[in-house]
Amino acid sequence: MAATLETVEQVKSLEMEKYKYGFVTDIESDKAPKGLSEDTVRFISAKKNEPEWLLEWRLKAYRHWLTMPEPTWGKLQHAPIDYQDSYYYAAPKSNEDRPQSLDEVDPELLKTYEKLGIPIREQEVLAGVAVDYVFDSVSVATTFREQLKEVGVIFCSISDAVQEYPELVKKYMGSVVPYGDNKHACLNSAVFTDGSFVYIPKGVRCPMELSTYFRINELNTGQFERTLIVADEGSYVSYLEGCTAPMRDENQLHAAVVELVTMDDAEIKYSTVQNWYPGDAEGKGGIYNFVTKRGICRGKNSKISWTQVETGSAITWKYPSCILQGDNSVGEFYSVAITNGRQQADTGTKMIHLGKNTTSRIISKGISAGKSQNTYRGLVRVSAKAEGARNFTQCDSLLVGDTCGAHTVPYIESKNRSARLEHEATTSKISEDQLFYCRQRGISEEDAVGLVVNGFCREVLQELPMEFAVEAQKLVSISLEGSVG
Amino acid sequence: MLEIKNLHAEVEGKSILKGINLTINKGEVHAIMGPNGSGKSTLANVLAGRDDYEVTEGSIFFDGKDISELEPEERAGEGIFLAFQYPVEIPGVTNTTFLKEALNAQRKYRGEEELDGMEFVKMLRGKTKELGIKDDMLKRAVNVGFSGGEKKRNDILQMAVLNPKLAVLDETDSGLDIDALRIVADGVNKLRSENNAILVITHYQRLLNYIVPDQVHVLAHGEIRRSGGKELALELEEKGYADYSGEAA
Repeated sequence: MAATLETVEQVKSLEMEKYKYGFVTDIESDKAPKGLSEDTVRFISAKKNEPEWLLEWRLKAYRHWLTMPEPTWGKLQHAPIDYQDSYYYAAPKSNEDRPQSLDEVDPELLKTYEKLGIPIREQEVLAGVAVDYVFDSVSVATTFREQLKEVGVIFCSISDAVQEYPELVKKYMGSVVPYGDNKHACLNSAVFTDGSFVYIPKGVRCPMELSTYFRINELNTGQFERTLIVADEGSYVSYLEGCTAPMRDENQLHAAVVELVTMDDAEIKYSTVQNWYPGDAEGKGGIYNFVTKRGICRGKNSKISWTQVETGSAITWKYPSCILQGDNSVGEFYSVAITNGRQQADTGTKMIHLGKNTTSRIISKGISAGKSQNTYRGLVRVSAKAEGARNFTQCDSLLVGDTCGAHTVPYIESKNRSARLEHEATTSKISEDQLFYCRQRGISEEDAVGLVVNGFCREVLQELPMEFAVEAQKLVSISLEGSVG
Repeated sequence: MLEIKNLHAEVEGKSILKGINLTINKGEVHAIMGPNGSGKSTLANVLAGRDDYEVTEGSIFFDGKDISELEPEERAGEGIFLAFQYPVEIPGVTNTTFLKEALNAQRKYRGEEELDGMEFVKMLRGKTKELGIKDDMLKRAVNVGFSGGEKKRNDILQMAVLNPKLAVLDETDSGLDIDALRIVADGVNKLRSENNAILVITHYQRLLNYIVPDQVHVLAHGEIRRSGGKELALELEEKGYADYSGEAA
């Protein structure tokens, strides 16, 4: 309880502009030449010792990328991105370049970790501290990996997968998100540095939640992450991406790609908590997060479920989608997107109904505070052959204060008359009455906002794996600091 | 316990309370009655410290401490509880969660140890049993989809859990049928003790049949015009507030 006692104090003392990342390091270690060119692409591919086909694929993507326009349909405003002004490959920092202990890490960052109840050792890892000893999460990861191997589950970095399981990677990579899908995905295809690969064999129910926590060492590769998860017939996996702690990263541009594939009767549950640096109160700095996430329910009776809690980044552009190809397949999207300060989020989903009797469900909760803009953008498309398709969509927006914006842009396209599509949307404001009611019962204003917002998001938060849900609740409250009073 | 002296307050620049004097001791039940617009609800809100209710003159002492500058949550921690005329709905937040947050926030304010989940639930079960409230009410979101009577019972439950020194019931009887009224009154009576006090604010006398006050005050035009025993309530019931309709001389 002592940690909780401190929490309120810390919540009070933290302001947007104090949310900084302490140490900035300029030390170059094994970086690709600055800027983007075919040479950069070749450099990355060579560093990773990739087979020829993958280099070719990257180069094709790069050449195509040159011809593609930036997507401009999102309700987002930012200066044009100077692609030549960044590095596309940097090996993980050596131990000498990292902070040597938590004492060297920004105390504000540590406070946030503490508030989230993150163990010291994990804090060290998240803050990029050089740790020599074998710490828990790695040894735990090793144990888990062996356990996974026993049941035939493959869980490794995508670089390792390219070396060890080239056939699987070749078969599935780009099969859901083709390299030319959109400008950001195309860039990722050309320069992706790492990410996760998961394969669940037939009939296997993955015995544990797979989480990027397990490969926390490799987290520095976040900029152009590429994840591929394949669930073979009758298998099941739950995958957690990211963590609730604020992530330190010097790279402003992030363009990740995630591809999911489910065969007959298989299910993938993919949960994300995104808490990248959002920029300061004036909107300076902050991550541009352009993510392409898509799953295909290739087999009949298969299911893909996306759950996301998006609280970080200056700009979020992200639409985790499901292509419901197999008959009776199910797609789900549960989303909480919180924007505060000057953050901008344009996020939602696409549910593409191709197979018969396919079902999709969309629950989106957008919370806007400060001077932020928060947009839900979603598409439900029913093709002519998708007999008996059903969709239920619920989009709720909550406004905190009167200088923010909430927008809902649902697109519905149905070419089959048997489709049943429902859409519900609400917009509300946290009322003075609610806040006073809570305060009269002893709850401080900040905590009252957290409580009301957590209640608003409950339907989505309860979709998260248990231990994650508790952290996510705290994160929801912390994200709204300074939004009232 | 509560000592209000020459209290003046305004809302949005409009003067509503014009010199209230009121003393309530431990173990006492006081009733404030008055016509609509007399300042009854303003008094309740001023006691609770609601924003926009500004004290312009006078003082409010609670247990010997001047509370007029305290935030609402601090006053709650001091032991002031306001039962609302219209309890607010908080979707998605269960009663259990809400009560735990509130109680622990108050305990923390008072420098007491916070209760952990187990201790809290045990205590809560005891209270629901005592008040005859079904446990399923605890799992429901705060006041969402509650009937008028259920909302008031929920207030009583909150009161029982938070165990305030002073409970202010702000027209808690409005919109209640006679059965619900009785339930509320029973709850309040169960919580009455030598150590706490109750201030009932009401337009009608009927609630006072069940919660019998030690003193009754008539509030009109922002002032207490008359004080007396419980028989004063009956007199008001009979004669109405006509005698108090004029501005003070």
